Amino acid sequence: MIVETGHFALVLALAVAVLQAILPAWGAHVRDERLMAVGPPAAVTQLVLVVGAFLALTYAYVVSDFSVENVYLNSHSAKPLLYRISGVWGNHEGSMLLWVLMLALFGAAVAVFGHRLPQTLRANVLAVQGAVAVAFMLFILLTSNPFSRLAPAPAEGLGLNPILQDPALAFHPPFLYAGYVGFSIAFAFAIAALIEGRVDAAWARWVRPWTLAAWMMLTLGISMGSWWAYYELGWGGWWFWDPVENASFMPWLAGTALLHSAVVMEKREALKIWTVLLAILTFSLSLMGAFLVRSGVLTSVHAFAVDPARGVFILGILVLFIGGALALFALRVGELRQGGLFAPISREGSLVLNNLLLTTACATVLVGTLYPLALEALTGDKISVGSPYFNMTFGPLMLPLLVALPFGPFLAWKRGDLVAAAQRLWLAAVTTLLVTMAVYAVVHRGPWLAPLGIALGVWVMTGSLAELASRSKLGQAPLPESWRRLKGLPRSAFGTAVAHFGVGMMVVGIIGTSAYQSERILVMKPGDQAEIAGYTLTFKGAAPQRGPNYREEVGVFEVTRHGQPVTSLMPSKRLYDAPPQPTTEAGIHVSWRGDLYAVLGDAQSNTEGGYAVRLYFNPLVRLIWLGAVVMFLGGLLSLSDRRLRVGAPKRARMQTSPMPAE
Amino acid sequence: MSRKQRRAVLILACVGLLGLASLLVLFALRDSIVFFHTPSDVVEKGIEAGQRFRLGGLVAEGSVRRGEGSLVEFAVTDTVKTINVVYEGVLPDLFREGQGVVTEGRLDGSGKFLADTVLAKHDENYMPPEVADALKEKGVWQHMGKPQPATN
Repeated sequence: MIVETGHFALVLALAVAVLQAILPAWGAHVRDERLMAVGPPAAVTQLVLVVGAFLALTYAYVVSDFSVENVYLNSHSAKPLLYRISGVWGNHEGSMLLWVLMLALFGAAVAVFGHRLPQTLRANVLAVQGAVAVAFMLFILLTSNPFSRLAPAPAEGLGLNPILQDPALAFHPPFLYAGYVGFSIAFAFAIAALIEGRVDAAWARWVRPWTLAAWMMLTLGISMGSWWAYYELGWGGWWFWDPVENASFMPWLAGTALLHSAVVMEKREALKIWTVLLAILTFSLSLMGAFLVRSGVLTSVHAFAVDPARGVFILGILVLFIGGALALFALRVGELRQGGLFAPISREGSLVLNNLLLTTACATVLVGTLYPLALEALTGDKISVGSPYFNMTFGPLMLPLLVALPFGPFLAWKRGDLVAAAQRLWLAAVTTLLVTMAVYAVVHRGPWLAPLGIALGVWVMTGSLAELASRSKLGQAPLPESWRRLKGLPRSAFGTAVAHFGVGMMVVGIIGTSAYQSERILVMKPGDQAEIAGYTLTFKGAAPQRGPNYREEVGVFEVTRHGQPVTSLMPSKRLYDAPPQPTTEAGIHVSWRGDLYAVLGDAQSNTEGGYAVRLYFNPLVRLIWLGAVVMFLGGLLSLSDRRLRVGAPKRARMQTSPMPAE
Repeated sequence: MSRKQRRAVLILACVGLLGLASLLVLFALRDSIVFFHTPSDVVEKGIEAGQRFRLGGLVAEGSVRRGEGSLVEFAVTDTVKTINVVYEGVLPDLFREGQGVVTEGRLDGSGKFLADTVLAKHDENYMPPEVADALKEKGVWQHMGKPQPATN
């Protein structure tokens, strides 16, 4: 009964979304206030109904109602509660319902928090949001209904793919989807602006917080996925340039560019057309990601279903929205007036460089991801494009971006002074140089370029600190005065510095672990010792154990360093009951130096009690995910800045503002 | 600088960057893509020793042999032709006889395939798409959904 109610709620939500897509837009067209006023209550009603549908499915999972086909296929009564709940979105149908839930959530947020938006703009934004929701709800109801029943009901479910039964992965999809779908708000704003034929600084001011929120979620979602792959897949890697990873990374790159170009638009009314286009492209890439992952064009852990009907449906959505948006853009772009002038060396100029590099990098990732598909379609040749391609194309494009990054915030709007900026960065440059020399002096292995890569990360980190120091006149004014100034800085200034600092941390982590990883593959018998990166591991043997829904064989390794006991690692090989699938659980010891990472392989039939063992030492690898968290916190700081709150802009105050916000 | 000059600088920067990126992409695509072949392809097309490619098919029943240390030998087959593979390392969880596999490496002079990567798969039902397609072409594809007893 509850399940049917959920199904019914979803159908009602579709009806509401149809109204939301048509009435406010029509109202904005004919200037009818009553029609436009339909938007906000419709968006909130839609949210309530979709939440109802989602809860109904969740209920079916929690009580293990196997008469629901979706639950039967993806759940099992012996599964822990957390994974029964995360199982809701651990499959194709449920994850699309989560997608629609996120859409409704963002739509309702615009309705609730957007009461100071101009009436027609809000009406159009909600209408576009409604239209996107209609498309995806139709998709669910017509091709991927999670509520369909089975008769007779099976006694037990088939279970969830065990490698998905993991805390980080339980929360990876909600964050990722919040990011993808959050960009739909920027998209809706862009379409609304094109419909009205008007974009200005105020528009950018409204779009930025939504873009920032979506970007933060996506940052966290991607890094959770990477973290999961690192410890769960047992290969010691954290990013594989897998097409599915790229599908989430491309909207992130475009969204990062959008975040920066919106700043230029807000402060200087320049780059209007570009920003609108970027808003469309960012959400288009999100949709394309959904298509690539959901259509079965790519087969991987993320591709739940290989059903051509679904692929064609999503392709239709893709063509409708991307094609429609770009056509509207082409029609209306002439009506958007170009904004302020600026010199190449200026804040605007630096942000344009940022945008150029990020979007070009995004394009190279796109080529690498789609090329195998295109080549197979054209010639039938099957190829794979792996990490060497991406390292060769993406890497060189990130290099100038990171070198230039610290200069950006030091350049004035309109016309900047590169020499003055360089002077304020001297301390950061000296620190970077010292760190580089120290790395060269201490580390004698690895590629000779690697210390320069570390230096690049340190440069970005110290550069972002230098910005705060300079703005608080640290060292130039007395200390209490500096403190007062620092406290007086807008939160968005801290947000920028913190987020950029996170980028630097991530670069150090990436270079550190890629260049200096140690790896050993060997066969160990009980009592055997192995050395790696200064640690000595003694294998104590392996013993079988029983978990809630799996059996496992747990290996025990005593770890010492310079004769002192450090820890014991217990990597295991699990065999789940349902479905009966083996997984590898790595044993990981975390220290400030890096991660000691042990994987237990197969028992060796030709060696008594011997096991294949893989050992890794991944220096500084934690900085990658810590960096992502710091970037997220930077975004949070920026978001909490009062000046970024959605509200009516006061242009006079904006222009006299002594310190432009980032 | 006039508006025109500024625009010229911007356009030059765009064109320059795009040109550079295109060059990078072309070079990278030429050097770093890896072709996929089935054992029949390898025999028919006469692939040279030392050339890097991916070999995919089924792990032949009864072919897995463990050598010194973590050295392992097995045969990859598309049921028409079979190629022997040598690999040193830990095999992925779902590596089993009779199941689909993709390996990456090169042929040595004697026709053995020296693999440095055996691809991990995420799901026991999962068949690498290349392998599935290749087996369909040979007319021997079937859904690999049934769990099979581990043989190692």
